[in-house]
Amino acid sequence: MIKQSILKPENASFRETVPAGEYFLKIVKAGETVRILDLEGNQAADTLFYNAHNPTERYSAVDTIREQGNVYLTAGSKLRSSENNVMLEITADTCGRHDTLGGACAAESNTTRYALEKKCMHACRDSWLVAVTEHEELGMTKRDITHNINFFMNVPVTSDGGLTFADGISDAGKYVELKAEMDVLVMISNCPQLNNPCNAYNPTPIEVLVWS
Amino acid sequence: MLQSAAPLYDDLIPGGSHWSFVMRRGHVLRLIDETGGTNVGMLMYNPENPLERYNMPDTLKNQHTFLLTSGHVLLSDMGRVFASIIRDDLGWHDTVSGTCNADLVEQRWGQKTYQEAHNHYHRNGFSSFLNELAKYGLGKKDLTANLNWFSKVKTDDDGNMAYVSDHSHAGATVDLRFEMDTIVVLHTCPHPLNTASDYPSHPLRYQLFKAAPVTDADPCKISSPEATRAFANTALYHMMQS
Repeated sequence: MIKQSILKPENASFRETVPAGEYFLKIVKAGETVRILDLEGNQAADTLFYNAHNPTERYSAVDTIREQGNVYLTAGSKLRSSENNVMLEITADTCGRHDTLGGACAAESNTTRYALEKKCMHACRDSWLVAVTEHEELGMTKRDITHNINFFMNVPVTSDGGLTFADGISDAGKYVELKAEMDVLVMISNCPQLNNPCNAYNPTPIEVLVWS
Repeated sequence: MLQSAAPLYDDLIPGGSHWSFVMRRGHVLRLIDETGGTNVGMLMYNPENPLERYNMPDTLKNQHTFLLTSGHVLLSDMGRVFASIIRDDLGWHDTVSGTCNADLVEQRWGQKTYQEAHNHYHRNGFSSFLNELAKYGLGKKDLTANLNWFSKVKTDDDGNMAYVSDHSHAGATVDLRFEMDTIVVLHTCPHPLNTASDYPSHPLRYQLFKAAPVTDADPCKISSPEATRAFANTALYHMMQS
């Protein structure tokens, strides 16, 4: 569902550009709104959310899709935690559909999906593993890396049980906006994937904005 | 694909229960829906390094599938094969709906405590998983998207999910051939989308067999280039262990 935001970038309390292959880490307080902006189009923003006070509680793809009865995310979707609490709600979306079934790229999944010799290519899980090891204060490890949202990715499920990776439906300037229902730690890997035609083999920057 | 017809072990797990064990590489776990209508929630970990776990997204996207059936392999997050589905009587098993929790069970089927119902009390999948995980020093951080054997959830063109009632019949069988040693955590609690009026309580019969050797022409191994590469990763993992 396409829904425009009424929030103006010039009023944002926080703005940061995240290059492809980098991670982004920030606590967004309950009541604040965070926007992820696809600056150049068809760039996957692989995102994990954690309860900022207890990262054992984290975004759960399966709880989210089951409770809303639909496998795609868009405006109105409530993102649920592993404890089945609402963490955030998507309040605006100019893309219309986001994936939460396809997971993130990893060195290991690159070997199976593309070729065994792709194992040294930078991948989203590398970015998250660097994020949690560079921020020991979070007390997080590989154990905390779970199933994520791929904002701006289009992964249609067919009625006969197929899973397809379709061309992106995002474009330069499209965005998704989420209002936090609890204090959440946002952890994004701006995807460095060079093997997937969905981004024309050219990963690009995103921007993150927060309104207090 | 079994080395002998007689099971090494045969056991029945009541409905609404949980159990766990380590499957050794080269063995087959046969799951049998004894009465029809069962749901088997399952998680998998590497006993040598439990940070290696079943990975739903990698399993689905590597095989371009939303459902699980024979010919598919169950992948870990390390690009390796925990188990191959070498037989399936049903053609569709779910791995995207998660598991039922205490609130869901109470809202749908009412609370039935141990004090009043003893071992017929209403268990839920979430607590059942945690109960078994604790036996291996694992916990909430190790919970991940689980398998739901014998359950079917399909979607329409808009992504709306629909649970298919009466999908599984008495005697329906799934054979999982383990390609790595694997901690198998399972429960027989209801599928979270089951709308039956009474708490669904259907047992699981499981049997263990010795597997026949995996050949280069094995249907799971050659089912896709992705699966072949996952088998290659698994062989590399085992190279120093033989």
